[in-house]
Amino acid sequence: MLMTECLVTLKNATVRFDGPPVIDGINLTLNRGDIVTIIGPNGAGKTTLIKSILSIQKLSGGEIWLKPGARIGYVPQHLILQPTLPLSVRRFLMLTGEPEARCREALAQTGVSHLFDASIHHLSGGEKQRVLIARALARNPDLLVLDEPAQGVDINGQAALYDLIRTLRDQLQCGVIMISHDLHLVMAATDQVICLNQHICCSGRPEDISADPAFIETFGQQVAESLAVYHHHHNHQHTLHGDVVAGDGDACQHEDCHSHGTH
Amino acid sequence: MALIDSILDDFFWRALIGGLGVALVAGPLGCFVVWRRMAYFGDTLAHSALLGIALGFLFQLPLNLAIAGTCVALAIVLVILARSRTLATDTLLGILAHSALAIGLVTLSFMPEVRLDLSGYLFGDLLAMSRDDLLWIYGGAAIILTLLYRLWRGLLMTTIHEELARVEGFPVERLRLALMLMFSLVIAVAMKIVGVLLITALLIIPAATARRLANTPERMVLLAVVIGMLAVSGGLSLSWLSDSPAGPSVVVAAFTMFLLVYGVVRRPQA
Repeated sequence: MLMTECLVTLKNATVRFDGPPVIDGINLTLNRGDIVTIIGPNGAGKTTLIKSILSIQKLSGGEIWLKPGARIGYVPQHLILQPTLPLSVRRFLMLTGEPEARCREALAQTGVSHLFDASIHHLSGGEKQRVLIARALARNPDLLVLDEPAQGVDINGQAALYDLIRTLRDQLQCGVIMISHDLHLVMAATDQVICLNQHICCSGRPEDISADPAFIETFGQQVAESLAVYHHHHNHQHTLHGDVVAGDGDACQHEDCHSHGTH
Repeated sequence: MALIDSILDDFFWRALIGGLGVALVAGPLGCFVVWRRMAYFGDTLAHSALLGIALGFLFQLPLNLAIAGTCVALAIVLVILARSRTLATDTLLGILAHSALAIGLVTLSFMPEVRLDLSGYLFGDLLAMSRDDLLWIYGGAAIILTLLYRLWRGLLMTTIHEELARVEGFPVERLRLALMLMFSLVIAVAMKIVGVLLITALLIIPAATARRLANTPERMVLLAVVIGMLAVSGGLSLSWLSDSPAGPSVVVAAFTMFLLVYGVVRRPQA
């Protein structure tokens, strides 16, 4: 078993521009091997929070600690490329300064090695995201930061993309922090969910958070219930009266079943 | 040496050599103008060149230096004002471009002792190229090409995605400043060729033409240089044969090539 190695710590992190703070008093710790997902309504400060972690956005208050020498792989929200710039996937990856073999390998890891010589302007939404993730991987990141990685990807592609992110975490043992709107999909591929609305409303394991009153207040009863059903499907079953009973042995083949005891 | 001397004694050859030197740097910088959508920005800097000339006369500075200095100052003012977001960037550029031009013209009118061929500055005076001008052009080109070569990967990366470049440790602010300095320098040297009003054309048209033929950024730069050089040679020949104004003839030649390439090659390469 690996020791937990801390990659990022935020202490009371606050960012304000002119008016009220965009993020307010955020405390957060991210360890190697963790997948942390930030969810929250529009304008909740999600992007500002990860930009602080990336050191693109300066904090107005509080502290941030990054593990010295940690390499960060960043997958931005949407890459809008000027069609006037001729660019192949190969060239785009090699602009990291990594050797060609490493770039090819990274592209294979995200399952799009056939695109190596393609023009970056002719990629579909899902292909573009995989190329962007490959580019982040090529740099051997300790921490992978993704801003809505499934945006512009069709629904089947989205599930596959979150699967990929989890697989990559297992292979590379890096830390992952991402923003997502796809509550249903992301719940299965994350260790910790942070519900952000300027401050952290609630945070915890995905199967716990949907019962949290703060979560229900932010996202509404309906969303919370639909998520709750989604998880409990894996963990336990309901009797005809709605009472909770323990799931049978089969359910324990699911990955999130080791949380069973604490549930 | 005698041969070079006799070539440099001929105004046509001086014009050609100077023009080719400008095309050498207008190619790569024109690509950045096209990639980063800075056409209007380049135009604004070019307009301020006339203010630079006025200030050069006023303070008795070398004109090329005054032009480059004014462009740099304006570029920095633009970056600061654009950051404060009180006005949309294109409005801001429009205000500064024409105000700089107007202030330049008004200032010049207060100096009756300065006898100045205004149309030469507005549309270029290629055939009046002196040996000093050639030194300026090739000195400037050497600085610009060295900078481009050394900063290439960072410049390209910030052009593709500024935040990605920042996360990967490129000094984004300093690269932007370097690019501004290079633009100012190229405007100072290109002014002699095509004048304030046509500089943007010399930057953009060869680069846009090259886009259709190139599949990597580097090839696009190389092709833009070649196309720019062809435009200079073609324009000068036209001017020589039909006694047309040299600067506009160069732009007409570039535009003709643009039409030809876009007519023949229907799809971009990559």
